[in-house]
Amino acid sequence: MSETTTRRERVLPVTDLSLVVLVGASGSGKSTFARRHFKPTEVISSDFCRGLVSDDENDQSASRDAFDVLHYIAGKRLAAGRRTVVDATSVQSDARKQLIELARRYDVLPIAVVLDVPEEVCAERNAARTDRADLPRRVINRHVRELRRSLRHLEREGFRKVHVLRGVEEVEHATVVTEKRFNDLTHLTGPFDIIGDIHGCSAELEALLGKLGYVDGVHPEGRTAVFVGDLVDRGPDSPGVLRRVMAMVTSGHALCVPGNHENKYGRHLKGRAVQPTHGLAETIEQMAGESEEFRQEVREFIDGLVSHYVLDGGRLVVCHAGLPEKYHGRTSGRVRSHALYGETTGETDEFGLPVRYPWAEDYRGKAAVVYGHTPVPEATWLNNTICLDTGAVFGGKLTALRWPERELVDVPAERVWYEPVKPLRTAAPGGHDGRPLDLADVHGRRAVETRHAGRVAVREENAAAALEVISRFAVDPRLLPYLPPTMAPTATSGVDGYLEHPREAFAQYREDGVARVVCEEKHMGSRAVVLVCRDADAARRRFGVDGPTGSVYTRTGRPFFDDPQVTEEILDRLRTAATGAGLWTELGTDWLLLDTELMPWSLKAAGLLRGQYAAVGAAAGAAFPGALAALSAAESRGVDVSALLGRQRQRAEDAAAFTAAYRRYCWTTEGLDGVRLAPFQILAAQGRSLVELPHDEQLALIDRLVDHDATGLLQITRRLYVDTADAESVRAGVDWWLEMTGRGGEGMVVKPLGALVRTEQGRLVQPGIKCRGREYLRIIYGPEYTRPDNLARLRQRFLNHKRSLALREFALGAEALARLADGEPLWRVHEAVFAVLALESEPVDPRL
Amino acid sequence: MFLTITTTGTPDRPATDLGYLLHKHPGKAQAFSTSYGTAHVLYPEADEQRCTAALLLEVDAVALVRRGKGKGRGGAPDAALAQYVNDRPYAASSLLAVALSGVFSSAMRGVCRARPELTARPRPLHIEIPALPARGGPALVERLFAPLGWTVAAEPVPLDTEFPEWGASRYVRLTLDSETLTLAAALRHLYVLLPVLDDAKHYWVSSDEVDKLLRAGEGWLPGHPEQKLITSRYLTRRWSLTRQAMERLELVRLAETDDSDVAELDNAVADEAETEERPTPLAVRRREAITAALAAAGAARVLDLGCGEGQLVQALLKDTRYTEIVGVDVSVRALTIAGRRLKLDRMSERQAARVKLLQGSLVYTDKRLKGYDAAVLSEVIEHLDLPRLPALEYAVFGAARPRTVVVTTPNVEYNVRWESLPAGHVRHGDHRFEWTRAEFRAWADAVAERHGYAVEFAPVGPDDPEVGPPTQMAVFTRTAGHEKTGATGSTGETSSTGETSRTSGTGTAGETSGTGTAGESEKEAKAA
Repeated sequence: MSETTTRRERVLPVTDLSLVVLVGASGSGKSTFARRHFKPTEVISSDFCRGLVSDDENDQSASRDAFDVLHYIAGKRLAAGRRTVVDATSVQSDARKQLIELARRYDVLPIAVVLDVPEEVCAERNAARTDRADLPRRVINRHVRELRRSLRHLEREGFRKVHVLRGVEEVEHATVVTEKRFNDLTHLTGPFDIIGDIHGCSAELEALLGKLGYVDGVHPEGRTAVFVGDLVDRGPDSPGVLRRVMAMVTSGHALCVPGNHENKYGRHLKGRAVQPTHGLAETIEQMAGESEEFRQEVREFIDGLVSHYVLDGGRLVVCHAGLPEKYHGRTSGRVRSHALYGETTGETDEFGLPVRYPWAEDYRGKAAVVYGHTPVPEATWLNNTICLDTGAVFGGKLTALRWPERELVDVPAERVWYEPVKPLRTAAPGGHDGRPLDLADVHGRRAVETRHAGRVAVREENAAAALEVISRFAVDPRLLPYLPPTMAPTATSGVDGYLEHPREAFAQYREDGVARVVCEEKHMGSRAVVLVCRDADAARRRFGVDGPTGSVYTRTGRPFFDDPQVTEEILDRLRTAATGAGLWTELGTDWLLLDTELMPWSLKAAGLLRGQYAAVGAAAGAAFPGALAALSAAESRGVDVSALLGRQRQRAEDAAAFTAAYRRYCWTTEGLDGVRLAPFQILAAQGRSLVELPHDEQLALIDRLVDHDATGLLQITRRLYVDTADAESVRAGVDWWLEMTGRGGEGMVVKPLGALVRTEQGRLVQPGIKCRGREYLRIIYGPEYTRPDNLARLRQRFLNHKRSLALREFALGAEALARLADGEPLWRVHEAVFAVLALESEPVDPRL
Repeated sequence: MFLTITTTGTPDRPATDLGYLLHKHPGKAQAFSTSYGTAHVLYPEADEQRCTAALLLEVDAVALVRRGKGKGRGGAPDAALAQYVNDRPYAASSLLAVALSGVFSSAMRGVCRARPELTARPRPLHIEIPALPARGGPALVERLFAPLGWTVAAEPVPLDTEFPEWGASRYVRLTLDSETLTLAAALRHLYVLLPVLDDAKHYWVSSDEVDKLLRAGEGWLPGHPEQKLITSRYLTRRWSLTRQAMERLELVRLAETDDSDVAELDNAVADEAETEERPTPLAVRRREAITAALAAAGAARVLDLGCGEGQLVQALLKDTRYTEIVGVDVSVRALTIAGRRLKLDRMSERQAARVKLLQGSLVYTDKRLKGYDAAVLSEVIEHLDLPRLPALEYAVFGAARPRTVVVTTPNVEYNVRWESLPAGHVRHGDHRFEWTRAEFRAWADAVAERHGYAVEFAPVGPDDPEVGPPTQMAVFTRTAGHEKTGATGSTGETSSTGETSRTSGTGTAGETSGTGTAGESEKEAKAA
């Protein structure tokens, strides 16, 4: 190293998401360079991978396997969007070719950093290392020769940046700076007004800008316009549109992504031969009247457009033709092609036009994708994507989306400026048209993000069971926006003769810091969730179904009634009551989702009642008279059977009590005569989840609903409010329960008045605790459960899993409702609903 | 849990000999502990003319449930026993039979040390069982006991007197009378026939079950007209063990959630089909028709959607023209059985590479199903509720889009020709609908129209001039080139009126295709 060499401090820009390939002979200092400039986890070295597969970092015979491992790891990192540095000699073009293919596969930039260090230096360094001391000099010599040969070809090979560091000095003093990608504007938070395809409709553009509040291209509140491309062609004034948009972009009041039409016009401006079809001829003609200088500006403007932008912290992606999530923020020809042209299936339709691949149907990304390109009559959201091309040039309208408000603003076209090749269809791409959900949304092991309890995991076997039941038995998923969570019982009671008693429930809530609770009568029926729309039209609009005006389904999503007409009859009565109670207007909705209990139990559980409960009662009723008679006869003969006789009498009484207990759940119904429906919570209405509405307000709404039912179908839910810290109030609560269950009632559910409540430590408290009546529990724990020795054994029950399950399912249910209220795509709602059902198949003591 | 045995006597053959025969003293009440509770023997009456022995089994229901937990000696936990609400403490079930053999073991063997001469002599016997679970009802009870020399009275017990409309329970009050049988024979009859009538899932199997049956049935079972039924029911417990092993506890729990029986949910596979392959001629015809259609279409990679127990997959595997066969079913139980039928775990790697079984659902789109030559939907669509059919239609014809789709479904018109099928009934409990030929054609034509397929129909089975064939088949073939797209909204109809001739798919002029030439690619390229 000569002292006289001038120090040259090279600054190497390296894109934040890229595949960096270090190129240099063995001993050129690649590992040192990588260590100095990159995070240790960003660097994968071939030596390390050799060690992984062969226990020897210098075992050249393991190279093939080592590079498999290296490519695999690099692939995983790039797929996850992490910059990756490959530390291998990479002096041969074959080796580099594989890496360039890898970068392309994951749509990141391949960058080469060449360490061109003299052969003697490399040899010296290798000699100093014990593990490489016997590396033949000819190998290093070959490396250096190959490197020199490669230098000229690197850009042609596909590297999008090539940094060559010559000599030890330059290597030592280079610095690496991380550059953002051009499409990464996540730091801009807007607010934005995203404007659809304009196609030279200058007047409509000016009208829309005015409607959005722009004054001469500037918004007084500092909003930014974002154009989705296709500014030109077909329409009357492409130059005017370009002038306006370019001025806004230059002054920083707008962003613009290119459309396929600009792209083609840009090629024309560069002198390439393009067909002047699809309205390009009009643009060329209009631009002919402009100055050469303006055409030059347009050329540069188009040339400088970036294919798509990621905005607002990654929540928003804008591009011309739509973009799958895996391409967001990526940089490759493929990404650009997708952003400009979209994807086609390779087929053609009856107009000879390529069939578009319905990418939005598959879209499951977190970012909203706003795009244009495909003319639709109405801009509608689908899976968090929206197409804003509403065919202004074809006589439709010009549409803008306000972000983050998600409001649509549009102006009608002044006239049909250009005849479409084929008519606009009524549906948006993949609109509400009964498309099924995708299996990947529900299948296998999953974790569902919930706002109230974080990630809730679903195991594969539980998802498999849920898939079976939902696929074979459930109502249409569009009419299944919720499934009710399971509920934990109160802590096992120590009160003599009782397995469950409200005392423990009140104590538990007091401990959790809940001062006020509501005790709600537990109805003696089956759980039913009811979705009722104001009319068939509302059902079509909101839920996309043609025909039914709602649904009535069980805890596993099965239709409650086999006959759809019975369902409609129930919905009709509810609808009338809701109208009478003024709930539609008050809640600003044309549909309601209700949690209810449907009675009698025998209506749905007839099979279980006859096959199990009544059968047990029948067997007991048949067996005991004979047994008791035989025992009495033996006793009168002087045989000592008094203890046995006493026990059998007790058992006979227990069995009779059991029969009495289940009989309360049975009565005969004829059509809807005798059927009762007790709503106890309004779960959701348009734009609103009501799961956090305090229960007193809930019950006030419900009471009005019940009051306005003249048919006798709806039944009130009795309730009592209890102060958990007030002994008097707690006693009243206990008495109420004793009185109710003493008359054969099923029991009650205690809920925190505030519905969704956390402890001081931030832990979610149980949304409800059930206290089941002593007699009712006979049909759960068997006729003889109250015998002291049985009770003693049954008290050993374990509630923790049930409690945890109840909270997880509650969080999932609330999540489904929140997603429904936010108008999120069906798959997002269904994901949470499906998870509730899957969790219901987890192993837990079924008697809890 | 209760039965009485009464005999009558004369001064020279006193009724109280029953005490000797049973080895239980008529003056005492005795208790014996058995595995399921305490058995008591006592005599309500005992004199020369008449003597009655009562056997009463006190079953501990709570212990039964706790026993059911975990995988103890009894094998897998038994869902039915895991109920606290259980008829075992009351009904004269297999538990009572077990108690009988334990408490009266020497009597059953015909051994009486004190009075050996008594055992071989028949005596008047009257047996009462007030609550006998009897699957098959009083008629079967009669058929089982009468040939053995019993006078049988079996009276059904009503399910609930408050709800007469519920009808009879599965229990009968049974009385048996005979003058010609020995006590030992009577006990052996009960020992075998109580569990046979009970026929519940929850019986305990030990390896020597066959020996036990042979021993207890000695002298009477071989000539019994219902021998086959008795033997199969007695040993059915073995099959129920296999059934239990496959029981999907997740589905059991979901059924419990809904207060319904697991059989309502876990019914994708017919029970009897587990035991043996009984291809009805129609199923064979169907398979022939399908394989012929697949062969005609030149398909090599085939989906069997709703493959059930894998019969078709198995048939296709035997034909090497099929290079990839994928069986898809929503029922995990069905797939388990299919896997076993195909012996997947013992298949050679080369064979195994040709076949795959997947859990999937036809009301969801599924990327794994794209790109196949053909899909078969054999007797599948009728298992979906009609409102869910559009979802299946889109998943198969819109999303998976195989070149050929073969659909078979029952022809409801033909049902009048099934002698065993009551009028108006569907052929299978899970059929949500059955179509006439016209209905099927209307559906198939509309599907074909919506998704760009041509469709042809063919009968399967004898084509009755009046009502048509028992099974109807439609073969859909995707029309080449000009793709019509779905009326359900569909993939391409909104395809732009814009510049479309240069999309990456068609790749003309290479201007935009693939990985991008230097001029077209991102700005970053120039930044280097």
